[in-house]
Amino acid sequence: MSQPRVLILRAPGANCDLETEFAFQQAGALTERLHIHRLRENPKLLLQYQIMTIPGGFTYGDDVAAGKILAVQLQHFMHDILRQFRDKERLILGICNGFQTLLKAGLIVPPNADDGPIATLAHNNSGKFEDRWIHLQATPGRCPFVQGIDHMNLPIAHGEGRFLCRYDWIRKGLTQAGQVVLRYVDANGKSGPYPTNPNGSQDDIAGVCDTTGRVLGLMPHPERHVLPTQHPQWTRKGLAPEGDGLKLFRNAVAFFH
Amino acid sequence: MLWEVEIIAKGLDAEKLRVAEEYALLTHASMSDTASFLVKTARGFLLQGDLTQTHVERLRDQLLLDPVAEDATIRGADASGALAGSASATVLLKQGVMDPVAMSVQQTARQLDVPVEFAHTFRRYYWAGTSFDREVMYRKVLCNEAIERVIDHDISDATLGLGSRYIFNRVVVPLLGLDDTALVKLSKDGQLSLSLDEMKTIQAHFRTLHREPTDIELETIAQTWSEHCSHKTLKGIIDFDGKRYANLLKETVFGATQEIRKRLGADDWCVSVFEDNAGIVKFNDDYHVCFKVETHNHPSAIEPYGGANTGIGGVIRDPMGTGMGAKPIANTDVFCFAPPDTPAESLPAGVLHPKKVMKGVVAGVRDYGNRMGIPTINGAVCFDPRYLGNPLVYCGTVGLIPADKAFKATLPGDLIVAVGGRTGRDGIHGATFSSIELTSESETISGGAVQIGNAITEKKVLDVILQARDLNLYNAITDCGAGGFSSAVGEMGEKLGACVDLDKAPLKYQGLSYTEIWISEAQERMILAVPPHKWEALHALCAGEDVEATAIGVFEATGKLRLRYQDEPVGELDMHFLHDGRPPVVRQATWSTNPKPIGERSEPVGSDPNGSLRSPLGVAEILLKILSHYNVCSKEWIIRQYDHEVQGGSVIKPLVGITEDGPGDASVITPVLGSWRGLAIGCGINPNLGDLDPYWMAAHAIDEAVRNVVAVGADPKRIAILDNFCWGNTQRPETLGSLVRAAEACRDVAIAYMMPFISGKDSLNNEFKADGRQIVIPPTLLISAMGQVRDVRKCVTMDLKEPGNLLFLIGVTLPKLGGSLYNQVTGEAGGSVPTVDLKLAPEIFSRVHEAISVGAVRSCHDLSEGGLAVAIAEMAFAGGVGADVQKHGGTSDSVGLFAESATRFLIEVRSQHADAFRRIFDGMPILEIGKTVKEQRLRIVGTSGEWVVWQTLQQLKDAWQKPLAW
Repeated sequence: MSQPRVLILRAPGANCDLETEFAFQQAGALTERLHIHRLRENPKLLLQYQIMTIPGGFTYGDDVAAGKILAVQLQHFMHDILRQFRDKERLILGICNGFQTLLKAGLIVPPNADDGPIATLAHNNSGKFEDRWIHLQATPGRCPFVQGIDHMNLPIAHGEGRFLCRYDWIRKGLTQAGQVVLRYVDANGKSGPYPTNPNGSQDDIAGVCDTTGRVLGLMPHPERHVLPTQHPQWTRKGLAPEGDGLKLFRNAVAFFH
Repeated sequence: MLWEVEIIAKGLDAEKLRVAEEYALLTHASMSDTASFLVKTARGFLLQGDLTQTHVERLRDQLLLDPVAEDATIRGADASGALAGSASATVLLKQGVMDPVAMSVQQTARQLDVPVEFAHTFRRYYWAGTSFDREVMYRKVLCNEAIERVIDHDISDATLGLGSRYIFNRVVVPLLGLDDTALVKLSKDGQLSLSLDEMKTIQAHFRTLHREPTDIELETIAQTWSEHCSHKTLKGIIDFDGKRYANLLKETVFGATQEIRKRLGADDWCVSVFEDNAGIVKFNDDYHVCFKVETHNHPSAIEPYGGANTGIGGVIRDPMGTGMGAKPIANTDVFCFAPPDTPAESLPAGVLHPKKVMKGVVAGVRDYGNRMGIPTINGAVCFDPRYLGNPLVYCGTVGLIPADKAFKATLPGDLIVAVGGRTGRDGIHGATFSSIELTSESETISGGAVQIGNAITEKKVLDVILQARDLNLYNAITDCGAGGFSSAVGEMGEKLGACVDLDKAPLKYQGLSYTEIWISEAQERMILAVPPHKWEALHALCAGEDVEATAIGVFEATGKLRLRYQDEPVGELDMHFLHDGRPPVVRQATWSTNPKPIGERSEPVGSDPNGSLRSPLGVAEILLKILSHYNVCSKEWIIRQYDHEVQGGSVIKPLVGITEDGPGDASVITPVLGSWRGLAIGCGINPNLGDLDPYWMAAHAIDEAVRNVVAVGADPKRIAILDNFCWGNTQRPETLGSLVRAAEACRDVAIAYMMPFISGKDSLNNEFKADGRQIVIPPTLLISAMGQVRDVRKCVTMDLKEPGNLLFLIGVTLPKLGGSLYNQVTGEAGGSVPTVDLKLAPEIFSRVHEAISVGAVRSCHDLSEGGLAVAIAEMAFAGGVGADVQKHGGTSDSVGLFAESATRFLIEVRSQHADAFRRIFDGMPILEIGKTVKEQRLRIVGTSGEWVVWQTLQQLKDAWQKPLAW
C-alpha cells in the first residue's frame, strides 16, 4: 500500500502541528495540516485520510477546561463522521491537548448515558504547568501505535494531565480491558510518586486507547523526541540513532502496510 | 435574565491555599488560622440573556462542568434581578478588562443554541466568621484593584452593565493663548507627559496654522514624542562633563555596529539593524533570524500578571511585525525583583509584596508564551531591594524569516488594515505612563494602562499572517504597541501620509471616543498595508480562521496624517512635523569615580583584599551561602512552568545534567527541523557592578552574555547582541552620566569583540516615590546574545560527565572583589570593580570555540557570580560527578575562589585530549586546577595547602535548590 495520508488538525491555539507533521514525515507518511473550519464546512474531507491527529497546544486557550471547547466542536459538528472514520479501521491520535480533546469528546471512554463523563484529565496535583522528561512503560495490547514498544523517554508539558476516573471500577476495567497502554515509571521501570508520576494520575496512567485500540490519547509528547538531539542528556550519553518517539509514528504508518 | 453557574473542585482547593499563603505573608497570621476562616473557594460564570433553567443546565452539562472533578450549583436571579448571596465575597473583573474565558463561553454557547448575550467569570470565597483583616484580605489578597473588584453582597444585573453609547463630539483644545504655566498644567492634566519646551513647539506650530488643535492631534503628538516611542533622551543632545553627544545611541551602540559592518566588508552578516521592530541577521541560505527584547516594567509593578502577560504578548508581535513578518521561535525572560523575603511591614504604600509580584509575573509570561506555542528558553532573575516599587520585566522574542522577506515598503493606495483583537478602552496612555515615575497612586490613576492579554487571539493572528505573507497579500506590516493605531499608522505612513476613518475600527464595546480608538493600546492587533486588489483574498483568509480584518483607511502620498470620524475631519497633522518637529532634548550628564549615592544604594566602595581570606566565615560556609543567594540559586521553579521544548527544536535545554536540573549556560535550538544549524541564546546582567562603575558593569554584561553562548558551542564570529537599558530618572545628571558610561562601554566592547548590536531599547524613569521615600533602581543593563552554531551535534553542556577527567581554568583571575557576591554574603565592603581585558577576551572566546569544535571539551561552564567555587560546585552536582580542586591560582582564597573576573571558563577534558587542548590554548592564561572523581563530593585546596572545602554534592545542591523551591 502507498504511504498513508495523515491529517493534522489545526484549531485556534493548537501549536504542536508543525513538529507533529515533521515526526510523521520522518516516519514516512504524507501529511497535511487542515483547519477545523475546513472540516466543519465539509466533514467528508476526513475520509480522504488514513490517520487523524490532534496535536498539542492550547485550543481555544484551554478556556473553561483543557481541550473542552474543541471537544464540544467535535461532538457537535463531526460526531458521526469521526465514528465512521474510526469504524473504517483508521487511526486517531491525540497528543497532550489532543488527548484532552479526544477524552472530553467521548472518543476514548464513552460517557455513561445517564450521568455523563466517566473519566477526565484534571489539573496536575502540583497545581501548575510543568515541562519535564518522564519515562513510560508500555503495555501495547491491541493498540497499533504502541506495538513493539517497551519503554520510552519523552517530555511532558501540561497543567491538566491528571487522569482521573469517576469510579474505581472504571479505572480497573480500563486496565483489564488492556486500554491503559502507557504508564509513568522511573528510569528503572518502577512506579513512583511525583515527579516519576508528574501529575498525580491514577494508576500512573499516561496514555489510554479506546476499545478498538485504534484511538490513542497520551499526555507525553512523542513528536518532541524523534531526533536524538532532542534528548536532555545526549551530551552525556552520546547521540542515539533516533529518538524514542519516532517508533510510535512509524507504527501508525506501518499499520497501513 | 441573570444566571450563575458556581463550580467547586472536588479535590484540592488550590485557590484556598493561595489565599491562606498570601494572607499569612502580609499579616503574619499562620496558614492554619487563615484556612480556618476561609471555608472554601469557588469559581463560576455569570450568564446574561434570554435564558431558561433548561438552557443553563444544558450549558453546564455540555460545556462548563467537568462532573468527574467538580460540582456545580445553578442560581437564577430573583424578581429584583439579584442573585442570592451568603457569607461570601465575589471577585469580578472590572468593566472593560479582557476576559478571554468569558468570550469563549459566549461563542461556544451560541454554537450550542444557548442564547447567552454576556458571560462573566468570577471567583468566590466563603467565610466562617469575620475574624480577619478585611482591608488586607479584600484589597490585597482576593483581588488586584487595578483590574478587579470585590462584591460583598448580592450580584445583580446592575453591577454588570458595559459602556454606554458614544455621542460624537469634536473636541478642540484651546492652546494658542495659554501661558507657560497653563501649558504645563494642560500636559499634566491630560497625561500627555510633554515638557514645556515641547508644548511651546506645538503651540508655535498651530499658531502658524492659525487654528487650535483638536484633542486627537495633541494626543497623537504626545504619543509620537513620548520617551517610550521616540527615545528622545538617548537620541538627544547630551553634554557629558563637557563632551558633547549629538545622538548618544547613534554614536555608541549603533555606531559600533556600523564600524563592525564596515570592517567585515563582504563578510557583513547584518541584514536590517536598528530600523525595524527587531534586528535581522543572516542565518543560512534560506532564512534570516531576528531578535527583539522589550521591557514592561510599570504595568508589571501595578498588575504583575497582566503586565508580564501583555509584555511577552507585545514583544512577540515585534518579530511578527519585522520585515514582512517573522515566525517567533523562542522567547526569553529576565526579571529583577526585591527579595521575596522582604518583610511585609516594610512595604511602602501602594507596593505589592515582591513575592506576589514574582509569582504574578512568572504566571503572566508562562500563560502567554505557552499558549502561543513559543518555547521560553533563556532567562535570569536578579534580586535587589531597590526593585521594590519598580520591578523590571524584560521579555524577548527570536524570529525566523525567509531571506527574501526581510524588507517592506508601504505604497500609496494601500489599504490600512487592522488585523486581530478589537479596540477597547484598555491601555490608554500606556506610552506616556511608562515614561514617568511610579507613585503610590499609580495604581488608581493609571489603571487603564494595565491590561490582560488574550494569547489565542494573537496565535490566530500569527497563523493567518504567515500564510498571507507567503501568498504576498500585503506590502508592509507592523504591530500595534505603545500608542496603538497612532504609532503604528504614524510609522508606516511616515514617508507617505495616511487617512484613517476611526469609526471603522471594530470595538469591544461601544462608548469609545474617536481619540480613545486612536490611542488605545488594546492587545493583539497588527496593521497591514494591503493593495486594494488583494484585500478580498486577505479578508477571506482571515475570515476562514475567525480572525477579524478591517480596512480602516488608506495610505496616501499627501504627507499628512488625516483622521476622520463618521466622515467628519477630527485631525490633520503634517507627517514631517509629527516625526521631525520635536525640539531636541538637551541633557546634562556627569560621572565621577566616586559618585555620591542616588536614592538608597547598597554597595560601599573600598579597597581590594591584600592576600588572606578576610571573612571570619570559612570558605565552605561562604560557598554555601552564595549557592543559596537568590541571584545564584536554582530557578527550576520558574523554568519548568515554561514550555521550553515546543516547536521541537530544543537541543540544549535550560536545565541540564544527570537529573536534568543543573543550570545550563545558554539554550540551543534548531530553528529549522531537519537541519543541524542552531541558535544559542544567552544573556548577561549584573546590577551589582553598576554601583561601582557602569562602564565595567556594561562590559561584564556583554562578556557574560557572550560567555554563555560560547560555552555551549556558539561561533564567536556569529554572535549578535542586544541592549536593554533600565535606568532611573535621567534628568538627574549623575543618573544620565552613569548611562552614558554604560553606552560607551557598549561601543568599546562590541567593537573589540566584533559582535554587532542589532536592536535595543531603553526604559528610563524607573523610580518609585511614596511615604517620602524615593527608591531608584540600580542602573540595570541587560545584554542578550544570539549566537549561531554550525552543527548542534558539537554542542556541550556544563555538567561534569565522568570521573578521571582533567579540569582547566581558562582566563585571568584579578584580585578585585568589588560588586561580588562574596562581599554581599560576608557583609564585607570594598574592592574595586573587575575590569575586562578587551584584547585578550576575543582571543579566549575563539580558542574555547575551537576546542569545542574539535571535540576536546567534555563540559564547559562560564565563571560568573560566585566565581570559580560556584562554577565547580554547579558542574559537579549537575553532573553527579565529584571533583578535587588542587589549586585555584588566586592571590588569596577569597580571590581565587570567589572573584568574579570576566572572560573565564572552567572546562572538563578527557586525559587523552589534554595535549590537544593545551596546544589550542598555547599562549593563553590556562591553569590545570584538578580532576573529576567518582566520589560524590567536592574538595578544594586553599592557599594554605589544606582542604578549605569538603562537601558532599548533596549538601551543595540542597543549598542551591532550597531558596526558590516553591
